[in-house]
Amino acid sequence: MVEQLPEWAALAPALTLAFTGLALLLVDTIRPEARSNTSMAVTSALGALASLGFTVWFVVAGTGHADTGGAIYLFADAIKVDTMALFFTAIFASVTALVVVAAHDYFHDHESPAEFYSLVMFAATGMSLLAVANSLAIVFVALEMASLPSYALVAFLKRDRGSVEAGLKYFLVGAVSSAIFVFGISLVYAATGSLILGDVAEGIANLDGLTGVAGLGIVMMIGGVAFKTASVPFHFWAPEAYEGAPAPVSAFLSSASKAAGFVVAFRVFTEAFPVGASLSAGIDWVLAFGILAVVTMTLGNFAAVVQPNVKRMLAYSSVGHAGYALIGLAALSAGSAGNSSVMGAAMAHLLVYGFMNTGAFLFVAMAERWGVGRTFEDYAGLAKRAPIACTAMAVFMFSLAGLPPFAGFFSKYFLFMGAIDNGFVWLAAIGAINSVISLYYYSRVVKAMFLDDPSTPTALDTLDVKPTALYAAVVFAAVGTVLLLPGFGPVIETAEAAASALF
Amino acid sequence: MILEALIAFTFASALVVLLAPNEWAGRLAFALSLVPFVGSLYLWSQFEAGGNALTGGTIAFETRIEWLEVGGRSVSWFVGLDGISLPLVVLTTFLVPLAIVSAWTPIDTRQSQFYGLMLFMQANLIGVFTALDFFLWFVFWEAVLVPMYFLIGIWGGPRRKYAAIKFFVYTNAASLVMFIGFMALVFGLGDSVSSFALPEITQAIAAGELGSWFGIAPGTLAMIAFLAMFFGFAVKVPVVPVHTWLPDAHVEAPTPVSVMLAGVLLKMGTYALLRFNFTMLPEQASALAVPIAVIAVISVIYGAMLALAQQDLKRIVAYSSVSSMGYVILGLVVFTEYGVGGATFQMVAHGLISGLMFMAVGVVYNATHTRMVGDMAGMADRMPVAVGILVAGAFAYMGLPLMAGFAGEFFIFVGAFGADAALPYAPVFTALAMFGIVIVAGYLLSAMQKTLFGPFRLETDYEVGRAPVHDVAPLAVLLAAIIVLGVAPDLFFEMIRDAVGPVVEGVTVDG
Repeated sequence: MVEQLPEWAALAPALTLAFTGLALLLVDTIRPEARSNTSMAVTSALGALASLGFTVWFVVAGTGHADTGGAIYLFADAIKVDTMALFFTAIFASVTALVVVAAHDYFHDHESPAEFYSLVMFAATGMSLLAVANSLAIVFVALEMASLPSYALVAFLKRDRGSVEAGLKYFLVGAVSSAIFVFGISLVYAATGSLILGDVAEGIANLDGLTGVAGLGIVMMIGGVAFKTASVPFHFWAPEAYEGAPAPVSAFLSSASKAAGFVVAFRVFTEAFPVGASLSAGIDWVLAFGILAVVTMTLGNFAAVVQPNVKRMLAYSSVGHAGYALIGLAALSAGSAGNSSVMGAAMAHLLVYGFMNTGAFLFVAMAERWGVGRTFEDYAGLAKRAPIACTAMAVFMFSLAGLPPFAGFFSKYFLFMGAIDNGFVWLAAIGAINSVISLYYYSRVVKAMFLDDPSTPTALDTLDVKPTALYAAVVFAAVGTVLLLPGFGPVIETAEAAASALF
Repeated sequence: MILEALIAFTFASALVVLLAPNEWAGRLAFALSLVPFVGSLYLWSQFEAGGNALTGGTIAFETRIEWLEVGGRSVSWFVGLDGISLPLVVLTTFLVPLAIVSAWTPIDTRQSQFYGLMLFMQANLIGVFTALDFFLWFVFWEAVLVPMYFLIGIWGGPRRKYAAIKFFVYTNAASLVMFIGFMALVFGLGDSVSSFALPEITQAIAAGELGSWFGIAPGTLAMIAFLAMFFGFAVKVPVVPVHTWLPDAHVEAPTPVSVMLAGVLLKMGTYALLRFNFTMLPEQASALAVPIAVIAVISVIYGAMLALAQQDLKRIVAYSSVSSMGYVILGLVVFTEYGVGGATFQMVAHGLISGLMFMAVGVVYNATHTRMVGDMAGMADRMPVAVGILVAGAFAYMGLPLMAGFAGEFFIFVGAFGADAALPYAPVFTALAMFGIVIVAGYLLSAMQKTLFGPFRLETDYEVGRAPVHDVAPLAVLLAAIIVLGVAPDLFFEMIRDAVGPVVEGVTVDG
């Protein structure tokens, strides 16, 4: 059935997201009195789910897969739809659906929620464009398209000083790193004479004395990737932005936006700068990512240990997880058969992470909605009043820590095993040690919710609010996190198939 | 399919109980937990297996469904039973309903969550004893910790948070070490195994397929793996000196949780030692026989000495568990049919006896709200039936003939005494370990004499009368089971012997 569709139909997931955003804006403009928070949320959730439906359908039907004619190229090779693009679009669409459902309750008394929903949809569109970009120009445009709505989203609570400050900080760091990124692209263009990823790869193979220019360009592009994925050295914005932003936005940024950074990194670095050709040209970006991965995961974990504030702890844990996912690039070696398994494992980890991390931030959103504070102490005894939501949060925490009964265990295990199989025992060892450390701060949340007693008997009286949609989103994310354990087989197979097309 | 049905039903009942109202969650959980028990009796009646599941024997009720693939090795839903695992499954499903009944009196808050977690733990315990794929087994193994953490941390005594976290950290760190050890083995086997199925891995190691990995020679690799796994499981058992989490966990845990902890969770450690260390790597085990036997004897003696020094009845029983587990390790290391078989039998026997002891102490505590030896005397006057059973349980602990404890310990001593072939100085080790029984008798008799007999005296202001029927009934059932197993150990011992035979034969003792 998919074969009978025109080729541009392969972009249906991205187009659905874009049109949903436009429709929301249109309704908001022409009939401002008719808009309601609920209808906006329902429309955007349906749009995101439709987009998810398209990606799942295409993956199952094999669109862009080598068995059905290979990747689909559009617009003079500037766009390339393959399994990896669909896989990541599925992550963006699921996270978007969870976030807009949760936002319905979070912004229940906001005066103009329509802007929020359309901004989220546009950011998601930008991310899904990033996933299909096959030209450095499209990469940059899509990156900006995903980033600009994100800056506005972080500062969405414009009367809240924290939110505005976070937005400004995010914007400044983002602008600088975008400039560096685009400068890197121009240097790469200067050295190789093309923006199309495949042609850049050919240029890298015959650099003709321009190794320095290309190398500098690649280093600068690593900077851009580091910003988008919240990795060292451009991670400074992450704790501030995640803490200051409205919690659904933090969920969106730390899950979807991070995955968007990784799809760019995975595609550009494997297709435009193949490991073998880069190494023979003297540009060892694998080592650079190795160092970044180790520093990022270690810094994220150690910083998370000392946080008194749950949201900030989650922000640093998100930095740590960026370090784990970077192993997908750091453990590559030229011509090794294990490359696709380690990168596939990183992709699967990002999918699992999309559920467990979004769920955790949405739980924080629920706590903010309830009006309990933000520190570990404020979470004391929550399980007595909200057992189901707290059970879901416990699932997220144990899964993020990588404990075996949950999906996070498998994705981390596959990642570390892939690294070991590819000869990077040190990366896996450092990752495993960091995982053990992370158990400490994740279990603190569980301990506070289930074992501790509230500081004052009346501390939990504000819990009378029942945010139904938020509850639904949190529970759904928890069910996803649990079901991804028995269902991990198809996920890792798809991810490995997608990654193997890159090498 | 019956094993899947059993596990799935237990998970489903956990969910149902979680959502049930607090008032009748206990009754509902008890009724639901009888179903897996009946199911396990059915398994027992239909059981037809020969040999050891890991070394190529026939596996009863086997199911194998491919789940996913990691780096060229498949992970599957692979469950089945042999003569070692069936008794432990029966033990688990038998103890859970009794533990649930014993919780009716002490647990008075958040009942539905309590019973839901108990059933959730039971489902995972059945999984641990039936899984034959390493990954599946590991998922169940770790999933047992989570409900235990909450059960101690929410319903425990005054220092419950400390105890729960200590338990969680100790056992998790141990699991990680064990996991790394096992993975080293799998990497050493390389392409010679195509799955994580334990039988396949065991047989590949036995066939000498273990290669070198990262420049580590096969022998060294196997030794590293053995040590890592031994450490991991030793924490769970526990043996001296990694036993310190156990008394804290036991003292703080509510009675029914202590019953499960001593009755079944400790057996996870010895079961895994038997399955992984002693079945998969028998050469390394016999090379290390003397150090392991030293650890076992130290556990027996030191655990008993610690019990001797305690004033808290629960601590006494907790430390004596450390001592009893030492016998099990001694039985395993001698590699004779009676030694290994007796150790397996002792796992079941100790599960019943320590369950009975914790429950009986719990009944006394329900009435007096103290467990201190000096705080009470003459309890036999006020609660004759419960105290009578407690005394009988203590005698079972001391190894009174015709009770299950005697059978287990006797088998172990018979198996160990003449086992010079596998364990140098075996008679010396056995004699030293037997001395532990004397200490057991010493502390149990003195504690009972002080608390149970003589004129009635109580430090706390509680009215002590006869214990309610539903408190005493599980004690009576347990005592009956202990006597039945003591009179007719062949109920289990025959199938155990059948399953440990290949393990023992696998050891070609090299001096």
